[in-house]
Amino acid sequence: MTLDLALIWAGLIAVAVLLYVVLDGFDLGLGVLFPFARSPRDRDVMMNTVAPVWDGNETWLVLGGGGLLAAFPLAYSILMPALYLPVLMMLAGLILRGVAFEFRFRARDRGRRFWTQMFAFGSVLAAFAQGLILGGFIQGVQVVDDRFAGGPFDWFTPYTLLVACGLVAGYALLGATWLMLKTTDDLHGDARKWTGISAVATAGLLAAVSVATLVAHPVIGERWGWADGLTGGIDWAVFAPRALIPLLGVAGLAMIFLGSRKGSHGWPFVGALTVFLSGYLGLAISFAPYVVPYVVDFRQGAAPDNALGLMLWGTAFILPTILAYTAWVYWVFRGKMTPETGYH
Amino acid sequence: MDFDALLLSRMQFAFTVAFHILFPAFTIGLAAFLAVLEGLWLWTRRDVFQTLYLFWVKIFALSFGMGVVSGVVLSYQFGTNWSEFIRLTGGVIGPLLAYEVLTAFFLEASFLGVMLFGWKKVGPKLHFLATVLVAIGTSVSAFWILSANSWMQTPQGYEILVNGVFQATNFWEVVFNPSFPSRLTHMLLAAFLTTALVVGAASAFQVLKTRRTGEAPQGWTASRVALVMAVGMIAVTAPLQLLAGHWSGEVAHHYQPSKLAAIEGYWETRPDQPLHLFAIPDRATQSNHFEVSIPGVGNLVQNLPRDEVIQGLDQLAPEDQPPVFMVFWAFRIMVGLGMLMIGLGLWGAVLLWRKKLFDSRWFLRFAVVMGPSGFIAVLAGWMVTEIGRQPWVVYGVLRTADAVSPVTTGEVLTSLLVYITVYSIVFTAGALFILRLMAEGPKAVITARAPEERRAPGSPLAKAPEDVDGDLPGDPS
Ligand code: HDD
Ligand code: HEM
Ligand code: HEM
Repeated sequence: MTLDLALIWAGLIAVAVLLYVVLDGFDLGLGVLFPFARSPRDRDVMMNTVAPVWDGNETWLVLGGGGLLAAFPLAYSILMPALYLPVLMMLAGLILRGVAFEFRFRARDRGRRFWTQMFAFGSVLAAFAQGLILGGFIQGVQVVDDRFAGGPFDWFTPYTLLVACGLVAGYALLGATWLMLKTTDDLHGDARKWTGISAVATAGLLAAVSVATLVAHPVIGERWGWADGLTGGIDWAVFAPRALIPLLGVAGLAMIFLGSRKGSHGWPFVGALTVFLSGYLGLAISFAPYVVPYVVDFRQGAAPDNALGLMLWGTAFILPTILAYTAWVYWVFRGKMTPETGYH
Repeated sequence: MDFDALLLSRMQFAFTVAFHILFPAFTIGLAAFLAVLEGLWLWTRRDVFQTLYLFWVKIFALSFGMGVVSGVVLSYQFGTNWSEFIRLTGGVIGPLLAYEVLTAFFLEASFLGVMLFGWKKVGPKLHFLATVLVAIGTSVSAFWILSANSWMQTPQGYEILVNGVFQATNFWEVVFNPSFPSRLTHMLLAAFLTTALVVGAASAFQVLKTRRTGEAPQGWTASRVALVMAVGMIAVTAPLQLLAGHWSGEVAHHYQPSKLAAIEGYWETRPDQPLHLFAIPDRATQSNHFEVSIPGVGNLVQNLPRDEVIQGLDQLAPEDQPPVFMVFWAFRIMVGLGMLMIGLGLWGAVLLWRKKLFDSRWFLRFAVVMGPSGFIAVLAGWMVTEIGRQPWVVYGVLRTADAVSPVTTGEVLTSLLVYITVYSIVFTAGALFILRLMAEGPKAVITARAPEERRAPGSPLAKAPEDVDGDLPGDPS
């Protein structure tokens, strides 16, 4: 049996990116919610819910980038220059919020306020920039001779801005539901309020992004069974099975709203994860098999088989190990977080 | 010189990677030091080791955080600024970078959480395991990234396809390329030395402070123990580093003759080269100004017979020569500091032997001054290695000018300015916090308390009243 290495790697990277988005999503989301917290004490608690795990979460981003580099060097070398400025924004944001975890604890008065602001600012900047990257990716980039051939601001369109706002709202939702899971008392009450607001915003923006995508990108519309934007009628045979994906998103929203109405602490988080899964599957359907939308598919972009094979060999053992110890770390830090008990 | 995307990208890479390496150079050694401390504590149950662990882990947490964020920047910079390099060679070095993420970064990042926040959550043995795994992770990370870098210096085990793309023919040869063993040895020793120098300086500072004020601070015993450990480490690793550096030089002589010529300031190809102690190499005139040299020993210091011909820069067209001045002087700074480190280690060992380590004011001052010397030597060493490789990004095969991304000057200028601004803020704050902790020094911990009640270091509660003075001032241990 010969393995379809390029296909396996496309799948693995897709999973790594999904894991990144939901894992770092909730800790970036906390940064988005930071300005709304009532007291420095609440902020300490919020930060402490993720302090032991944020670094591991962010490592999935390094795997996403590093994996793309290693398995699809052609795609990586086209996309990164194309998205130069959004990537810069993301990295600058990640630096400022990443050091804020330790710096906030070490700083005194003024410095502490500064790093509180930097945590919020960096998180919002990184989340927004990731949205721009996603939007720029969906839009597609101009390629000549296997190289990026567009301009520095090609990614800057109303469409990418919309996607970016959607992602910020989505991360806030993940963060808020995570807080419902991890906190008690007043902070839990605030988290529930934030969950409601961000869920409405996420739902609205997700719907707007979906429609905009179908209208603006006829290629994607066709994949969903729409001809000529939204005007040419729907091919139900194509659309019907795919409709399960948006339905999954609706189910996620239902879990969030019903769950928080019933006073559940866990279901809203599961619901938020479901919403993200639905959005992600929707994207996957729209793009497969491209790694650089509409120009390079995963076979053209793949590294040589010997490189993919060498990596798969190790990954088959190491990835399950990583998942196991990551799960163990989450298990160690399970349970509610309050200023009194703490993790410590 | 044009300030185009190429030059700016080189400046940006040099700036961001130089910033990054400061942290690995320190965290690799410090992680191992912490693992040793915790192991000693579990084994002997002596308070000093726990006191030291809880103190240095705070500094570790700060440095590690800065190492992580600056590393993420670098891994993306391969794509944003050197996309042609990745497009062409990604199939060869990509797997090494991927293995670094899989085998090292996840290990470090996941167990770091347990190490910093898990005191109360897991037992002492599991906690020790977490510390050990973080330490292993940092060294494994060095293994892979240095392998990738060494392949760029001494490439082998690959072929170039018709479209110019590189493909590996033998990954074993790629990973274990000729300059890798010496570079890994030299870099790991550099990391241990750098850490020992910092630990030694901070501890010597505490000992000096006590002598000046006449009152012993809390944790004073701990500072003395740490000073002894650091002096021992320096006394052993500094001489070894000389041997490892010599080995690196031999490898360079064999595989990268143009780099060796730049290191030594040789313009002429000839036997019986001199040793230049001082010179101002000048590419415009293709010669050195103000030479101060010892004739006849150039070959000898490299362990070569006097009649062996050593290649000079005259073998290369000027556009193929590396920037000689930088390489020449960076090398002298590194070796000069290396000699001072050997001196420090020897002096300390002698004082220790005579039981006068804590009494010699001049030695303690010297140890404090040498605190940052490891970082400077590491930066100088990397300059020798990387600038000496120019004008190639993959030595002899791919030119730096052909590796750059198709991006505009404006974009690279923007990113360079953003990184300079952000890193200045982050570095200033981080250095301030670390120096503040070092000036305060370790606080003694009492054992009477059950392990369950211990506070996590690196957390807001770490400042809470855990730090009760247990050791009597001046109490010899
Ligand atoms: C000799 C060792 C060494 C060298 C030469 C480099 N690094 Fe590094 N890097 C480490 C040793 C290290 C480390 C010890 O593993 C770090 C530093 C401190 C830390 O937090 O982990 C790290 C962190 C680190 C991270 C964050 C990992 C995480 O998320 O936990 C990334 C993405 C990189 N590095 C990438 C790079 C790249 C692309 C480099 C070269 C251009 C590079 N490093 C040079
Ligand atoms: C961590 C310590 C390192 C330091 C301090 C360092 C330093 C430098 C410097 C000063 C330059 C600019 C050289 C010039 O343009 O004149 C450079 C370039 C570069 N280095 Fe390194 N380097 C380090 C490690 C690495 C590693 C581990 C890799 C790859 C795996 C690497 C890859 C590159 C690349 C791709 C360039 C840009 C192209 C070039 O200018 O040659 N470096 N580095
Ligand atoms: C004592 C005498 C020393 C000698 C003869 C020496 C020699 C060398 C040589 C020849 C290189 C270039 C290797 C290459 O490009 O392939 C190098 C690089 C380097 N040196 Fe040294 N070195 C010495 C001391 C030190 C010290 C004390 C440190 C730091 C504490 C240090 C850190 C480095 C680093 C980080 C590099 C770059 C990485 C590498 O290529 O290994 N060196 N050294």
